[in-house]
This record gives sequence, structure tokens and C-alpha cells, in this order.
Amino acid sequence: MQFRVDKLGVIIAALAAYGALLAPFATFRANRIVAGEARSIGEALPSAWTVVVLLLVTATVVVAVLKTPSRLRLGTAFAAIAALALGIGAAAGHLTPPENAYARVSPASGFWILLFALGLLAADALTRLRPSPLVRVLFLSAVLGFIAAVLTSGTWDGLSLLKEYASRADTFWAEAGKHVTLALGSLAAATIVGIPLGILCHRVARLRDGLLGVLNAIQTIPSIALFGILIAPLGWIAVHVPGAAAIGIRGIGTAPAFVALFLYSLLPVVANTVVGLAGVPREANDAARGIGMTDFQRLVGIEFPLAFPVILTGIRIVLVQNIGLATIAALIGGGGFGVFVFQGVGQTAMDLVLLGAVPTVLLAFTAAIVLDALIETATPNRNRVQSA
Amino acid sequence: MLRLPTLFRLFAFAVLVAFLIQPQWFEPLLRPLVQENAPAIYNQGSLLQLTLLHLRTVAIATACATVVALALAILVTRRSGAEFLPLSRSLVNIGQTFPPVAVLALAVPIFGFGEKPTLIALFLYGLLPIFENALTGLTTLPPSIMEAARGTGMTGRQRLMKIELPLAMPVILAGIRLSVVISLATATIGSTVAARTLGEVIIAGLQSNNLAFVVQGGLIVAVLAVLIHDALQAAERSLGSRMGR
Repeated sequence: MQFRVDKLGVIIAALAAYGALLAPFATFRANRIVAGEARSIGEALPSAWTVVVLLLVTATVVVAVLKTPSRLRLGTAFAAIAALALGIGAAAGHLTPPENAYARVSPASGFWILLFALGLLAADALTRLRPSPLVRVLFLSAVLGFIAAVLTSGTWDGLSLLKEYASRADTFWAEAGKHVTLALGSLAAATIVGIPLGILCHRVARLRDGLLGVLNAIQTIPSIALFGILIAPLGWIAVHVPGAAAIGIRGIGTAPAFVALFLYSLLPVVANTVVGLAGVPREANDAARGIGMTDFQRLVGIEFPLAFPVILTGIRIVLVQNIGLATIAALIGGGGFGVFVFQGVGQTAMDLVLLGAVPTVLLAFTAAIVLDALIETATPNRNRVQSA
Repeated sequence: MLRLPTLFRLFAFAVLVAFLIQPQWFEPLLRPLVQENAPAIYNQGSLLQLTLLHLRTVAIATACATVVALALAILVTRRSGAEFLPLSRSLVNIGQTFPPVAVLALAVPIFGFGEKPTLIALFLYGLLPIFENALTGLTTLPPSIMEAARGTGMTGRQRLMKIELPLAMPVILAGIRLSVVISLATATIGSTVAARTLGEVIIAGLQSNNLAFVVQGGLIVAVLAVLIHDALQAAERSLGSRMGR
């Protein structure tokens, strides 16, 4: 039995066959507003590209269905994804009539289904290969590098999404800056405040239940409400505290969004600090006391390093959550990628929604991979110690 | 005997019900939050009706998510589905990095405005914690018990129904609880795409600069989330103690 069939491969083959042969590959619209017309892969791509994409997809499907080594599966999946990515750019050039600035070409369901199927295969192969943290980060950089290269090469310039970007390039980067500042800034503030609070909670049991209770309660307030509720106190501070308005504190805009994200971030940071410190083995503390370390030395030299991976896990939760929540800031004038998402929803302009959503997802995804790698590096590998 | 926290919850529930049925009783409390002539109580619809619609949306989405997530978790933990296990774990991790707003916004072009995209987004987002916990529950059963079950000649189906699912149930229920709490808060964002949830009250408040609306919408959702979270937790505990008996 050398040629056994891989079950996941069968699902991927079915998805890919549907995506490539039955579903439309691209949508063509005469201008931004009118309804789109579906184009199949043969119609959308120049014939050479059709052959390349279909051949690579077929090769990937064959590799997926047969039980093949993970490296081969990963390689073909990525080759096919790359062909798909370059192909959709070629489709834009092929479908847009020459000298027509109004026509819009965007990827349709077939493209997304193919991408999903190939992505599944790549994710499965990657999971099975169990790459080390460093390799995972290198992999991520390679993928981001590829995306950046395609973007700068202008291959995708004909796509509707990039046309939306082109008409908003300045605001896009301004909102991107605001988004990152909101997510990272509130995380930094929460870390600076949260870790000492966590240490305090660890030492003073009475404080722990009360503070964690309050922070838990804050988490239950829906984000749009918390953003809104903070408008009033910050507006009051801006008017009544001298100098507050000068440093940018205002009732609407970035300030309430920043404070809301900060409040949401506190619970994971404080709770994980408490859990991490509680998990420090008693022997380690006793030994440290035995050699005459002071409380502070013990905290810095023993407890904190041992609790660090757990605290880092809290920071990862916060960062990924903040990148997502920062989109809501747009509702109270706080800026960020949410501006495009909600504008797009308002105009039912899918491309505008994507212009906000895709960078947000990419950002969250990158943050998750990088921090997971950091956590794995920081966690002492107990299995390795035992087997050594 | 009723303990103090239970009394406190009963009181919170009573206040919530009173507020939903007779919101004008609470008008003086909210009045200081608004300007002279602005209404202090949401006046563009019934708060009770919006709350029920909100709960209905969350209930439907969570019920569907529970069924699908449990079925998938059972499937990938059987021997015939074992090939999918590593991938399912990664997909759960990847899925949870997707912001709910992005899921919601991307569902709009496909499913139109209204309740549908909200249901889809809540369903997809709710799948993850339930699936993750069901996987944890079903893959961390004590090997000695599993072996004993096999030794007594139970079929795979009997083992699943009588041993594996009951033993994994507390972890699965914790996943459902997490999913409900996330959905309760996320459903408010559904109102940005015209779903009828309590988010409508909050958004109306944001648009007309009416803090009272924002506060009442937000507080209703928060109190609902706390009460439902605690009720589910109590249900889990009583189930756990009954099974331990």
C-alpha cells in the first residue's frame, strides 16, 4: 500500500476543484458602484497564466491527495499561492480595457476558495513540520517580504483594493500609524501599570480578589460602550485640568480609545502576573531565602524570571486583542483601520472594508506569531531537561 | 441558605428586569448625564424588545456553534479523523487572531445588512473557544479510564457517550460559557451593520452625543454578561458535583 489517500487532501482537492472550475475567479465592474460581472479563471487570466495557475493547482492537489512528505506539500502549496497572487494581478491588467480608469477588477469567490484550500494545506504541512520559533519568524518574514515585493512591484496596482488605496494613500498611513500607536501604546501603559499591580496582588491577598473582580467587570462592558462612556470624564478633564488639553486629552478621538484599550489590557497583564508569580516553585523561593537574598533581590532575580513566560502570554493576549479592538476606535473618532472598515460598511464598498480589515488581520497575525515564538523561547523546555 | 453573592446577583437581576420593563423609574438617575432637553431614556424602541432580540441572536449563534464545534471535535478525536487533529489546533489559533469587527465587516458584502452577517460572525467567532475546549477535554482523558472502558468491551460509540463526553463535559461547558460572554459583547458591534441588538442604543448615544444612552446600553449588556456567566458557572458546578457523587 504505497499510495494511500490523505483525507485532508481529498477535502482540499474538492475545494480546489470547485474554486478553480465552478466558482468565478474575478469580478469585473464597469465602475466603482455598479454590480459586478463574474469571470471564470479562463476568461479572467491571459491564456499563459491560466495554464500556469491551473498546472500548479493541479500539481498541489495531486501532492495533497497522495500521502507525501510535509516539505513537498508546503513547497507546492506556496508555489501555487504565489502563482495565484501574481495571477490575480495579471487578471486586473487583462480584464481592464486600455485607458479605462473607472473599471474595477477584484478577486471573486473562486480566488478566495483556492487561496483558502492552499492555505489549509500549507498550514497543515507547517503544523506537522513543527518548526522552531526562529524558523517560524523567518517564515513569516519571507511571506511578508513576498507581499511587500508584490505590492511595490505594482503587480496588484490594477486591482480594485489597490485603487481604493491609491486614492487614500496619505490617510491610509496616518490611520495605520494611529492604529499601531493605539494598540502598542495602550499595551505599553498596561504593562507598566499592570506588572507592579500584579506583584502587589501577589503579595497582598486581600487586594487580589477585589482588584481582579473590578478588572473582570470592566471586561464585560462591550467595547463600543466603554469607548463611549469614557468620552464624558475625559471631556471633563480636558476642560478642567490645566494642561490636559494641550497634551491631546479630549472627549472624543484618540484619548478615550486609548484609555478604553488600556483598561481592557489590564486584566490579562495583572492576572497573568499573579498566576506566574504563584507558579514559582516554593523550593526556589526557599533556596533564595536560604542564601540570604532580600525580598527585592528575590523578586528581580528569582520570581520575575520564572514568571516571565506566563506574563508574556498575558501580553500576547492583550496585543492581539488590542489590534482587533482598535478598529472600534473609529466609531468615536479615534482613527485607525476601523475608519476604512466602517466607511466601507456604510458605502457597501467591499474593497474599502478589505482595505481596513486585511491590514488589521495581518497585523494581529504577525503579532501572534512573533509573540508565540518569543514565549516558546522564554519558556524553559522541561521535556528537554528531563530527557538530557 | 442564600449567601451574600447570590443575594447580590438576585438584586442585580431584579434591577435589570425593572429597568427593562419600567425604564422611566430610573430616569432621575440618568438625567444628570444628558443636556437639558435631551431624552435620558432610549426612546427609539423598546429596551426590553432589544434585549430579547440581543439574547436571541446570541442564543441562536451559540447553539449552532456548540453543535458544529462539538461534532467537529468528536470527529477529529476519533481514529478515522486523527489526520485533521494537528490542523484543527492551528486553525483555532489562527482563527482567534481574527478581530470580530473584521469577521463582521467581511460578512456584510456576502450576506447583506441586518441580522445575518451578525449571526454568521458570532457563530464563526463562537466556534473557536468551544472547539478548543472540547478538543482539550477529549484529548486529556485519563488513559487508565479509557483502557478500562476498552477492557470492559465497550464499543467506540458507548465509550464516547458514556465515558468521554461526560468526563469532558465540564471543560466543554466552560468553553460554551466563554463563547456566550464574548458573543454578548460582540453582538453590540452587529448594530453597526443594522442588526437589532442593544448596540443600537449605544450607537444612537454615540451619534447624538447622549451619554445616558451609551451608559444604559453598555450596562444592560455588562449586567447580562455577568449574570449569564455566573448562572452557567453555577450550572457547571452543580453538574460537576452530581457527576462526582
